[in-house]
Amino acid sequence: MTGKRFWSWLAVTFGGLYFLLPLVGMFDFSMRMQRGAYSFEAYRVVLADPRFQQTFGYSVVLALLTIVLGILIVVPTAYFVRLRFPGLRPIIEFITLLPLVIPPIVIVFGYIRIYNTSSILPLTGSWWGTNILLLFGYVVLSLPYMYRSVDTGLRTIDIASLTEAAQSLGAGWARILTVVILPNVFVSVLSGAFLTFAIVIGEYVFAALLNVNSFGPYMVWMGGNRAYEPSALAVIAFAITWACMGLIQLFTRFSIFSIVRR
Amino acid sequence: MNTSALSLPATLRPRQIISWFGVAPFFLFALLFLILPTLNIVVGAFRNAQGQATLQNLGKLFSPSIQSAFWISIELSLLTAVLGCLFGFLIAAAITLGGLPRPLRNAILTFSGVASNFAGVPLAFAFIATLGRLGFVTMLLRQWFGINLYGSGFSIVSFLGLALTYLYFQIPLMVLIITPALDGLRREWREAAESLGASGFQYWRLVALPVLWPSLLGTLALLFANAFGAVATAIALTGSSLSIAPIVLFAQIRGDVLNDPHLGYAIAFAMIMLTAIANGIYILLRMRAERWVK
Repeated sequence: MTGKRFWSWLAVTFGGLYFLLPLVGMFDFSMRMQRGAYSFEAYRVVLADPRFQQTFGYSVVLALLTIVLGILIVVPTAYFVRLRFPGLRPIIEFITLLPLVIPPIVIVFGYIRIYNTSSILPLTGSWWGTNILLLFGYVVLSLPYMYRSVDTGLRTIDIASLTEAAQSLGAGWARILTVVILPNVFVSVLSGAFLTFAIVIGEYVFAALLNVNSFGPYMVWMGGNRAYEPSALAVIAFAITWACMGLIQLFTRFSIFSIVRR
Repeated sequence: MNTSALSLPATLRPRQIISWFGVAPFFLFALLFLILPTLNIVVGAFRNAQGQATLQNLGKLFSPSIQSAFWISIELSLLTAVLGCLFGFLIAAAITLGGLPRPLRNAILTFSGVASNFAGVPLAFAFIATLGRLGFVTMLLRQWFGINLYGSGFSIVSFLGLALTYLYFQIPLMVLIITPALDGLRREWREAAESLGASGFQYWRLVALPVLWPSLLGTLALLFANAFGAVATAIALTGSSLSIAPIVLFAQIRGDVLNDPHLGYAIAFAMIMLTAIANGIYILLRMRAERWVK
């Protein structure tokens, strides 16, 4: 028994070293901008950079829009499939898994070929079109996570009874979805949303190939041209990922809904 | 809407139609922004510039430069998948069966959730800051142990450097997927094996591994696909100095290197095929694995 413990600690220690060193490394490097002293100079430079503010702000807005559009598409679909078309579930599950199977670079390549300036729907030809295409692309990337978490949420509530109760009180479909279903799966929707946020905020391939100046391409540009700022950016990105995952845990563990359910 | 409903067969009541309206946007969206773009690439791989059916594009994949890019990609994905599975398994076994304190298990699982999503550009920066020429560990090794990492031929902008970086999201993914499977190993199985006189090694070889192998192989396939599709990490780490398949495709789409869109189609098609096969294996084996873990 003690032998097993020893090996377990050894595995976890080695794992811990491998996983913590890069974090220490990037933090250490980000503090070395001023010679001979630890300082937050790199962070100050990054945060004061107008291009940082612009690209980061853009990516945050895009991530939020992705979440909203994702919810609008996924929640009614998952709801109606559970309620009325259980036969469609395997098909929908297959489709929502596709973005994990098809490499994102291939999907965006397809966009460039289908929606280029000489096509029927020339989305890449205009500023608005390109942004909409990028938004839709991000919704596609978020489908696996969004659908999975919403569907898991719907599984835990009795949607047939809730729907009948709401209908007998005279509610229409829009009202049922927004007032009855959505609040009940809110925690699941949120965990899908935070995951989406973490993925979209620093995404590079879609943005770079559609020529959009979002946070991802900005980070790569910084990586090629500066020494200490990239590490500061990495720390910021890591903090965002950590915050998103932390919030998911927090919401699923301490939500009113899950306490009531227990 | 009501008038059109009246002309429809009685089985299609308005209710049903509204339900269809609920799922229609999803199908339309998936068709336009997922399925058609992918089909366009697949069909394009089998057509020449004049729109005639051809296998020439796929033939171009066997030119030495493209072929070697795919081989490096496959080697890289396979190596990081195997090592990711191995180390991920050891860590998952340590936190499930190793008798470690419960809070540590939760902390590691939470961290795995973060680390498996901490891919892409920032991850590359973290590794440059750690194992780059002036990186934290590089300097530490030189000052404390007198080891000159770069003098011995190591570089973060190399196959080995890329593999080390990929493991940072491969291992946590393995931990997240395999932990539930290890939790599914029932205590009674071990007790039954022991009461029949089996040693620890025999228990693992004859009971635990046969139950786990679909999960293990399935996750191996998933990790392979995961590494194969990763582009951003590689680009941020190496620029485009290391020629792996996704980077070749990236350069191709950008139009920097080659200017033959149909070769691009063929590279993309080959990438889809490889990740599709890997994911297919994962899904198949996963279904097998779920027979045991209930």
